[in-house]
Amino acid sequence: MIEIKDLHKSYKMGSNSLHVLKGINFTVGEGELVAIMGSSGSGKSTLLNILGMLDELDEGSYTLDGVPIKNLNETKAANYRNKFLGFVFQSFNLINYKSAMENVALPLYYQRVPRKERQEKALKYLEQVGLKEWAEHLPNELSGGQKQRVAIARAMAAEPKVLLADEPTGALDSTTSYEVMDLIQKINDLGNTILIVTHELDIANMCKRIVHLKDGIIIEDKKVKQVRASQYV
Amino acid sequence: MFSRDNWKEIFETIQKNKLRTFLSGFTVALGILIFVSLVGLTNGLQNTFNKFFSDDSSNTFFLFAGRTSMPYKGYKSGRQIEFDNSDLEDIEKNFTLLTDYVSPRIDRSGLVKYKNESNNYTTRAVSESYQFAEKTIMMKGRYLNKEDIKNRTKYAVIGRLVERDLFGQEDAIGAYIDITGSVFKVIGVFQDEAGDDEERRIYIPYTTRQLIEKNTDRVDQIVVGFNPEIGYAGAMAYDKSLDRFLREKKFISPDDQNGIYIRNVADQLKQNQQFAGVLAYIGGFIAFGTILAGIIGISNIMVFVVKERTKELGIRKALGATPKSVIGSILLESVFITTISGIFGMIVGIAIIGSLGKKLEDFFITDPYINLGLAVFATVILIVFGAIAGYIPARRAARIKPIVALRDE
Repeated sequence: MIEIKDLHKSYKMGSNSLHVLKGINFTVGEGELVAIMGSSGSGKSTLLNILGMLDELDEGSYTLDGVPIKNLNETKAANYRNKFLGFVFQSFNLINYKSAMENVALPLYYQRVPRKERQEKALKYLEQVGLKEWAEHLPNELSGGQKQRVAIARAMAAEPKVLLADEPTGALDSTTSYEVMDLIQKINDLGNTILIVTHELDIANMCKRIVHLKDGIIIEDKKVKQVRASQYV
Repeated sequence: MFSRDNWKEIFETIQKNKLRTFLSGFTVALGILIFVSLVGLTNGLQNTFNKFFSDDSSNTFFLFAGRTSMPYKGYKSGRQIEFDNSDLEDIEKNFTLLTDYVSPRIDRSGLVKYKNESNNYTTRAVSESYQFAEKTIMMKGRYLNKEDIKNRTKYAVIGRLVERDLFGQEDAIGAYIDITGSVFKVIGVFQDEAGDDEERRIYIPYTTRQLIEKNTDRVDQIVVGFNPEIGYAGAMAYDKSLDRFLREKKFISPDDQNGIYIRNVADQLKQNQQFAGVLAYIGGFIAFGTILAGIIGISNIMVFVVKERTKELGIRKALGATPKSVIGSILLESVFITTISGIFGMIVGIAIIGSLGKKLEDFFITDPYINLGLAVFATVILIVFGAIAGYIPARRAARIKPIVALRDE
């Protein structure tokens, strides 16, 4: 599904440049649930942003579902993001003047799905995350956990190939974190490919594979026995 | 770009961001409102100006006689020039085709009495055609006529305020008044749009005045009404040849600044219209400045709107919004708001200046109006520039990498 070869990325900070990713090689197959771990500054978020086409790579190659991701113009990148990827952010990034349902329906709007179908689909995904009754509520009427569940529903609504989550539990307490992880595991059980960036070991252990980043290179890549989050809920 | 779905999305955005909508709408509406009001008031000012000078007839020359300041053909300088009845006849005879009427004017001021009431008034001795020069409107009775001039009748036509002062509620027609020692019969009461001063006047036949003054044939001033068909250029030419004719007749040097003087109302009117035109330019300039300020205002708001929406646009881009759709939604939103509020401001402005009418006459503004085409043009200009002003920040926002936009707090 995802294939990365010899990926380099540096940021210019005034006169000197900061080499963040120093040659990353890694592949993700379909249906995997991967945790990318590392301390802050290890380059894990940068990696996720490149995977999500939110940022561009300097060197190396990136293939997503057989499509080489290279030299994309903004319009093409937007279309690929819309078709291939779903995003979940630490700070939820819901649009605050749109109701939960409208937020979930937004990726479908950019896919030019008719309005009625959009609403039906949005409701379906809200039901999947257990928030059907909250469909008409605005984000600021929801709790943190509920917001993240709306964000997950939104990421799922476009039926992406890969779900990318950047510290999805970073702003949540542990009980709520486990609820969200439980939801992510269930989505993964349905066969979706999911990548999670986290620095919390217990969250990482709920994935099937942990990739450890340090100073811009992968120092460890291991399969783990998945801890089910449902036992904590 | 203009699908129903797009519009629905835009309407929702507008509805849920009321402050933003209000700010940009208010700027545009106010800009157009002030523009329409300013242009309207300037037009009203011009109306007043034109009315000031349309009170008296504009196809008129006033001839004044003075003292010469140059020796000429054996005459010393400092000689007092005087008009007399022969001048009236000569003008009529020599300029028949150009002339509508000729009337002398002899002003005397003095005590006028009726019963126990008395007051000082100017009595103006004229011929029957003087009514045209002053555009005098008769309220009752009649004006002087040819027979009065020929027969030297002791008839008087008095102003509305003279009647009110001397007669109170009584009817003046047919009554006898004492004008500086001579008894005159009131045959008419007039009004004049120029106001109080003119309505405190009394008109009598000039022949009667000459009879009272020891049967002289002198007249103080001469009023010549020219044929309006000769136009402005014709009037200027007539003015010149009349001047030449009189200088020849009275032996006044053609280079003498004094001696006689002709006041050309047509020329004055033209100058005043030019002055009013300058006023209109100034008003137009300020109005244009208002539109410019409106454009700058809407540009500022668009920059602010895009800045405020940076994060939202980042989210939308992460979810698959193309740069084109980002620019499109920002532009459509701004054009929609400016169009609606622009038209609203225009209609309110037109309604306001339309309702003013004569209410601001004390401030020299009469019947303000605006050309509808101009109002629409200004509105369209503001909308177009609002769109251009929105496009620049929108394009920049569309180019920001989503990762940068998402980081924006």
